[in-house]
Amino acid sequence: MKKQTILTLAIAAIGIAAISWWVGQESYTWFPPQASAESILIDRLFSVLVTIGSFVFLGVVGALIYAVLFQQAGKYESGDGPPIEGNIPLEIVWTAIPFVLVMGIAFYSYKIYDQMEIRGPMEHDHSAAMVMSGSGDEIEVIAKQWAWEFRYPAQKVTSTELHLPVNQRAHLILKAQDVIHGFYIPAFRLKQDMIPGQAGNFEFTPILAGKYRLRDSQYSGTYFAAMQANVVVEPAADYQNWLRRSAATTPAIAHNTAFAEYNQKSTRAGWKTIVPAAPPIVNYSNPND
Amino acid sequence: MTNISIPEIDIDTNRSHEPEDWRRFFGFSTDHKVIGIQYIVTAFFFFLVGGVFAMIIRGELLTPESDLVDRTVYNAMFTMHGTVMLFLWTFPVLAGLANYLVPLMIGARDMAFPRLNAIAFWMIPIFGIVLIGSFLVPGGPAQSGWWSYPPVSLQNPSGNLINGQFLWLLAIVLSGISSILGAINIVTTIFRMRAPGMTWFRMPVFVWAVLSAQIIQLFGLPALTAGAVLLLCDLVAGTSFYDPAKGGDPVLFQHFFWFYSHPAVYVIILPVFGIFSELFPVYARKPLFGYKVVAVSSLIITGLSAVVWVHHMFASGTPGWMRMLFMFTTMLISVPTGIKVFAWVGTIWGGKLRLDTPMLFAMGGLVMFVFSGITGIMLAAVPVDIHVNNTYFVVGHFHYVIYGATVMGIYAALYHWFPKMTGRMYNEGLGKLHFALTFLGTNLNFFPMHPLGLQGMPRRVASYDPEFAFWNVIASLGGFLLGMSTLPFLVNIVGSWVQGKKVSANPWRAIGLEWLIASPPPHENFEELPIVVAEPYGYGMNEPLVSNADKL
Ligand code: HEM
Ligand SMILES: [Cu+2]
Repeated sequence: MKKQTILTLAIAAIGIAAISWWVGQESYTWFPPQASAESILIDRLFSVLVTIGSFVFLGVVGALIYAVLFQQAGKYESGDGPPIEGNIPLEIVWTAIPFVLVMGIAFYSYKIYDQMEIRGPMEHDHSAAMVMSGSGDEIEVIAKQWAWEFRYPAQKVTSTELHLPVNQRAHLILKAQDVIHGFYIPAFRLKQDMIPGQAGNFEFTPILAGKYRLRDSQYSGTYFAAMQANVVVEPAADYQNWLRRSAATTPAIAHNTAFAEYNQKSTRAGWKTIVPAAPPIVNYSNPND
Repeated sequence: MTNISIPEIDIDTNRSHEPEDWRRFFGFSTDHKVIGIQYIVTAFFFFLVGGVFAMIIRGELLTPESDLVDRTVYNAMFTMHGTVMLFLWTFPVLAGLANYLVPLMIGARDMAFPRLNAIAFWMIPIFGIVLIGSFLVPGGPAQSGWWSYPPVSLQNPSGNLINGQFLWLLAIVLSGISSILGAINIVTTIFRMRAPGMTWFRMPVFVWAVLSAQIIQLFGLPALTAGAVLLLCDLVAGTSFYDPAKGGDPVLFQHFFWFYSHPAVYVIILPVFGIFSELFPVYARKPLFGYKVVAVSSLIITGLSAVVWVHHMFASGTPGWMRMLFMFTTMLISVPTGIKVFAWVGTIWGGKLRLDTPMLFAMGGLVMFVFSGITGIMLAAVPVDIHVNNTYFVVGHFHYVIYGATVMGIYAALYHWFPKMTGRMYNEGLGKLHFALTFLGTNLNFFPMHPLGLQGMPRRVASYDPEFAFWNVIASLGGFLLGMSTLPFLVNIVGSWVQGKKVSANPWRAIGLEWLIASPPPHENFEELPIVVAEPYGYGMNEPLVSNADKL
């Protein structure tokens, strides 16, 4: 009897472990594309957490479902269950298990965080990035209610679309002009609050060419949801090309969703709002934003 | 264990003049049972108000464009939804349950300070009116979210001195004062008013949990209230504590806010843990597994809850060492929580389960809680949180806790103690329907928020990219279902209160002081104070709980 119980439990545990492993692998598909070096690390950590979490969840829910199915009192049964008040060894084990588990998760997260921090251009790109780093390749990111503007001071380019060369460490300087905004690119899995009055440095490495979304992630007032921009990651040559072409273009007023919406709805039914900043005047803007 | 109970600090007053019929619920009663029910009914009214706001939010999010209401209206909706749900529903309804149950469970005739109790309650409708009244001022209600982070909260487009944000802050300060008064009262009651023989380790876990939660209010609320008062000064008196344009520090407010508002989530969940711990033994017919460990782990949570707040600020320009430090403390706090989950499973396992409505809600709440605990650990892991912070993933996490575990736990408690409060039984069929709708609606509404957050949909948006439409439509349908789910509850409670079947003192065959006296209990609860001779939860042990049962 006892042996059979252990066997049943072991089979159940293996089954749950197998399902959990599968869910953990599936978790990679729940994200946007892995477009930065950091995203690979974060997705791996998340997958481990999903695997462990699924095991715990299925274990608890499995036990509860079993009890509901097989341990209900009969309709006219009025007796009590066995008066078990506790089990000291079991309780100690059950304190140790979560403790070891969460400390393990914390250490692993710490390791991943450490890797994200140190993964600079030196480690995986020995050419262009080294030459450029610290030599005026910083991009200024300006956030204001409710517009993004990107400045490339060395090349004298301004834009409402963030262009970045692939496989090179990006150096950004984040500046909020009025309220706190959040710099968030889901495909990079990275975000950083931008505090007015405190310029912040931000670094990461895009690794996949493509077009992604940049969103304001810290609630910034009326048109918060409309404060988005495109991020274009492209091969170094295309990037340089874009910079040259943009520098040669005369600055023009860009389209800005918040500003346009504010001015077009003269009969707005809502309450009075902070007036959106004037649309940025930039060398480059994509008309289809 | 020494017996340190002090029988009675007898109190006042004009009790004998109070009406005994239904009218007492509408006046300044000092009976803790009346006040408890006043809290619960008032809170439920505001739950419906907050629910209407939620329906508007989900209506707007049915489509990607901002098309149902103006953006300012949408922003006011989520601000008021969060504020009403926390400060006018969750806190008051839990205060109501504590008010009703704690004196009964520890064998007291009332709370330590009955008049203070009534004052703390009556502040709730007052600040409720202040808050809802902000719809009428020019510029409308506050639109800066329930966090009210400056500088957004300091921007005042209407230019009026009396604006929505001003009334919001006033309401929060009043709410804080009310809760501090309530906390002083409950803590004193538990320390001083226990019946003879009611030693610490004979107290029901609900009482332990309420004690732990109210201690948090005592150390945490002063921080929030101070933070709110400084913000009020910035807003109306032109000071510059938080305004970066004038040399202030907006992040300072975030520390004030979260130093309270993280522990506040434990003020919410601890009593719900207490409810789980009371109900599982009754409906599994077994003693609570590991009673002492469960009792003490609440106090450990109280201690740890004071040192984790920065996990809400991982992306707020927080330095690396601080991120790591608060990641470790946050991980630690889930250990006592995990112990409790194990204890509940251990209680249910091998019992003789009765799946009455309270048990269904409690078990459903437990499942949802486990899910949200797991997403909580994910959020505590800094690298993951950097991605999902301020996205719908966080909104999913806390709605699983606050709707899934807390609201379900509160429903469980309301059904379980309804016969005690009213002397009548609710309708079981409607109760089960209510459970089914709630469980389905909660999962449909809040599960989709997790994939949305992982995909990068920020919270607090009135419009979103079309790629997010699929999960949002499901969430909205779930939300509307959840709105409907309150109807069978209302019908059931109102109908059964008026004409439900009359019940005996103890319809659930539960063990506890409150079940030894009539339903509803008489004015001063106990004829003679109970003399407690056993630990709680003696299911299957055939031992008496008190030595004077027939004299109560
Ligand atoms: C295993 C235990 C838990 C852990 C590790 C945990 C962790 C976290 C973390 C790290 C956040 C911040 C996420 C972010 O903003 O980026 C968070 C948010 C939140 N949690 Fe939990 N949590 C746990 C349980 C609870 C419980 C029991 C409640 C009770 C009601 C709760 C309520 C909330 C709320 C309300 C928020 C969001 C507040 C807001 O941003 O508006 N959590 N949780
Ligand atoms: Cu927290």
